[in-house]
Amino acid sequence: MASGVKPRVKVPKTASAGDAITIKTLISHKMESGQRKDKEGNPIPRSIINRFTCDFNGQNVLDVTMEPAISTNPYFQFQALVPEAGDFVFTWYDDDGEVYDAKKSVKMA
Amino acid sequence: MNTKLLQTVAALSLLAGVAVAGEDATLIINDEETMVTEAAAPAHAENLDRIYSGWVFRADETQVLQMDDFDNPAFVFTDQGQDLYDTVDGTAGESCANCHGDVDSFAGLTAQMPRVNSDGELETLTELVNNCRTERMGAEAWKYSASQMTAVTALIGLQSRGMPVDVAIDGAAAPYWERGKELYYTRVGQLDMSCSNCHEDNYDVMIRADHLSQGQTNGFPTYRLKNAKLNSRHGRFKGCMKNIRATPFKEGGDEFKALELYVASRGNGLSVETPSVRN
Repeated sequence: MASGVKPRVKVPKTASAGDAITIKTLISHKMESGQRKDKEGNPIPRSIINRFTCDFNGQNVLDVTMEPAISTNPYFQFQALVPEAGDFVFTWYDDDGEVYDAKKSVKMA
Repeated sequence: MNTKLLQTVAALSLLAGVAVAGEDATLIINDEETMVTEAAAPAHAENLDRIYSGWVFRADETQVLQMDDFDNPAFVFTDQGQDLYDTVDGTAGESCANCHGDVDSFAGLTAQMPRVNSDGELETLTELVNNCRTERMGAEAWKYSASQMTAVTALIGLQSRGMPVDVAIDGAAAPYWERGKELYYTRVGQLDMSCSNCHEDNYDVMIRADHLSQGQTNGFPTYRLKNAKLNSRHGRFKGCMKNIRATPFKEGGDEFKALELYVASRGNGLSVETPSVRN
């Protein structure tokens, strides 16, 4: 069970229809690769965020599969077209089955 | 030939247009809060004309990280600090928030630290936090530069961001300040160097691949890209002492506390930048 996991998202509050907006996301997570060993020499089990998705009004914008080589606190920055006002939903899937999500609304300017 | 020259000029001016950071850049955080990164040196820093925040000396990419709170990796840690601030710990069943309320009640405190308390002893913010933990909360003290400690002190420091550093050096603080000054100018270690050799005589000079700053502490605890965590002032002092092959003083010891006061006083007038980003 990963502790201290906290998603952070930055989305502009307003946009014009058809605009490409820049979205930044970060989730604090230790991203334990499964390759390391503890002081006694036992392998530390893998514990990473393995999937990240972004949806806008139910339509998928981005779907990422993440691998153990990704470093701690994974950060994504991408652009998305906004055809209308609505909600962005961001979802992170943890190895331990936990699902973290964040929601941001965009209004039309 | 002429066209090519024109294109180069156009490209250059375009570059100048998008460059948001640089040696002469202004540090504006979140497009709204302007920081003082250069000021006239206070009278007691007699060997300096101007004082500069460490931000001025960093590479453009590093500077940009500090200009937006979302891009600033230190905010992951201040969020952890907020959680710690709200969490009950110790035998008394208290959290920081139970007594102090909202953390913004600490606005201005970091700008004045370290300061002399009513018993006439020099006190750092770290010690204030640990005193609260041991005496009022019945909790165990954190190690001086523990990750929890830097997270909480960074959170408290953030409340003073943008305020000018203003530590008192007169009255009861004077003997501590004198001690700190003496340490600052004393050569130590196998390389036989004092703080002033790098940070006063040679700031803005490259020491191999590193651009020497004035060693200002207005942005501490600071997020360093080299170790991807928050670094305390005393931790940084220790690092400097190791670099000059000296035996570091103890974190939280009298020497570093006095030095912390002296170095902070050299930055009187700069904005508190906590939590800053450095390399």
